[in-house]
Amino acid sequence: MLKQCEGSHAVAEAVALCRPEVICAYPISPQTHIVEGLGEMVKDGQLKGCEFINVESEFAAMSVAIGSSATGARTYTATASQGLLFMVEAVFNASGLGLPIVMTVANRAIGAPINIWNDHSDSTSQRDCGWIQLFAETNQEALDLHIEAFKLAEELSLPVMVCMDGFILTHAYERVDMPTQEQVDAFLPPYAPRQVLDPAHPVSIGAMVGPEAFMEVRYLAHAKQMQALELIPRMAKEFEAVFGRTIGGLIHTYRAEDAETMVIAMGSVLGTIKDVIDEMRDAGNKIGVLGITSFRPFPLAAVADALRHCKRFVVLEKSLAVGIGGIVATDVRMAVTGMGLKGYTVIAGLGGRAITKKSLHALFDKATRGELEPVTFLDLDWKVVNKQLERERQHRRSGPVAENILRDLGVVAAKIV
Amino acid sequence: MFQVRIHGRGGQGVVTAAEMLSIAAFEEGRHAQAFPSFGSERTGAPVVAFCRIADREIRLREPIMEPDGLIIQDPTLLHQVDVFSGLKLDGYVLINTSRSFEELGIGEVAAGRRAQRRPADRKCSLPASELALKHIGRPVPNAALLGGFAALSGLITLDSVIAAIRDKFSGKVADGNIAAASEAYEYVKREMREDVHA
Repeated sequence: MLKQCEGSHAVAEAVALCRPEVICAYPISPQTHIVEGLGEMVKDGQLKGCEFINVESEFAAMSVAIGSSATGARTYTATASQGLLFMVEAVFNASGLGLPIVMTVANRAIGAPINIWNDHSDSTSQRDCGWIQLFAETNQEALDLHIEAFKLAEELSLPVMVCMDGFILTHAYERVDMPTQEQVDAFLPPYAPRQVLDPAHPVSIGAMVGPEAFMEVRYLAHAKQMQALELIPRMAKEFEAVFGRTIGGLIHTYRAEDAETMVIAMGSVLGTIKDVIDEMRDAGNKIGVLGITSFRPFPLAAVADALRHCKRFVVLEKSLAVGIGGIVATDVRMAVTGMGLKGYTVIAGLGGRAITKKSLHALFDKATRGELEPVTFLDLDWKVVNKQLERERQHRRSGPVAENILRDLGVVAAKIV
Repeated sequence: MFQVRIHGRGGQGVVTAAEMLSIAAFEEGRHAQAFPSFGSERTGAPVVAFCRIADREIRLREPIMEPDGLIIQDPTLLHQVDVFSGLKLDGYVLINTSRSFEELGIGEVAAGRRAQRRPADRKCSLPASELALKHIGRPVPNAALLGGFAALSGLITLDSVIAAIRDKFSGKVADGNIAAASEAYEYVKREMREDVHA
């Protein structure tokens, strides 16, 4: 059924349709509306057979999720930013133990400086934690990916993160097609765990493993993600058969036919990029888009295939690997090793900086002319940066950077963008 | 695509206004996208919310920098925020005030530059807080302003605004907001007729 609602609400409703049995979460912006919505549904009896557990921290949230998943309960949680960092030890344990927890990450920047706005620093910081990471472009896709995530997680016995842009998607009202309970039930079978804590058939989960077998257990975690590379496209087809619409798969391309320049990105910024690409195509520019849905496992072969016929690519990402440049870009470069392509990394939208069509036009024009620097920070205010650098040259005790810059900028409440 | 920017202060239902506008457009079978300016919302602080309406899927995620319509929920913002920033010359302006644009000292700004004047029927004052007090008992002007904006712009019908209010609220709160929106609609229609005759 078509409805106009907030992204968080759409996700909460989709999660409820997946019949979770335990939901445990600690509130943090911009994830809060999702678990609030689910909490209400459990309380008013709309979501039956589910226990909502209030916990005292994100570390507790993931710990409870591990416990409940190990008892065979379909388990869901959500977090963002510092919350994700706080639960990291348990996040690694969840994947190491092979527990199919589904978690929404409402993507938000990481401090310091503290910042509640969107970028991808939180989930990309966890790229090696062993979870599958799927990135949503729209609220429809966020909703759909959650349904897929439960099936994928349980089939592989591996946890899945569904990443959606904080505020930009979580707080946006837009049209979504909400599936029926019958459709979700037809797609997602009841959870049949590979391992379960059952007093009737006692096992222990979480053994200490020494050098004799640690490598093998870790290799199997990698092998499972490689299986996911096969499974995700297959599941996308199954999804289409039941719900009548396509979902991400591993990657998706847009106007990529005969493209000489390819723009690569993850998440909601793909929408703005597609609008720009349409205008550039109308002007005769051979440019296309590659959206990455599955960041982990990273689809090296699919990315290489999608870039096979282009001359250059621009990876535009909302994350920064301090000291090298891009995080997604590094993976893309690995995918195209030996293909002789010119690659550009663009760091954009950190901490909620708006990514505008105007800036993207200028950026992509520069890229197609081959004039882009290897690493570019989109819309960086060099005046502000240089003033601080000069201050550091002039004064030994130059003071805290963030506070200095805010003072230089003056009142910003009057600004609209 | 029609783009509306709503300015107000925390506690005035600015974000809800944008959401309701998007629901009203959805009711008419159109695509709509509403989103807030994502600040750390505090009561009284300047808040901006956005709504795009189109006949095809809306993919654009940038803030609205060149609005076709502007709703100003609090006239005291005029001295604090550049609310008119980027407003299209033929764009609509609706301000929550019992005073005229001239009395507010924004007659020139709202009228546009000398050579190209904003058409007179594209701007209007509406005492929305008063209407809200009368019908809801609290000075929350958002629903009244949406009723007024429907009359001013013709972008959406009053019926769709009422449906959107019913979607967001229930019971007496919904009834009060609907009454405020309906009276605001009539008020703006009347103002526009008088403008034409003047």
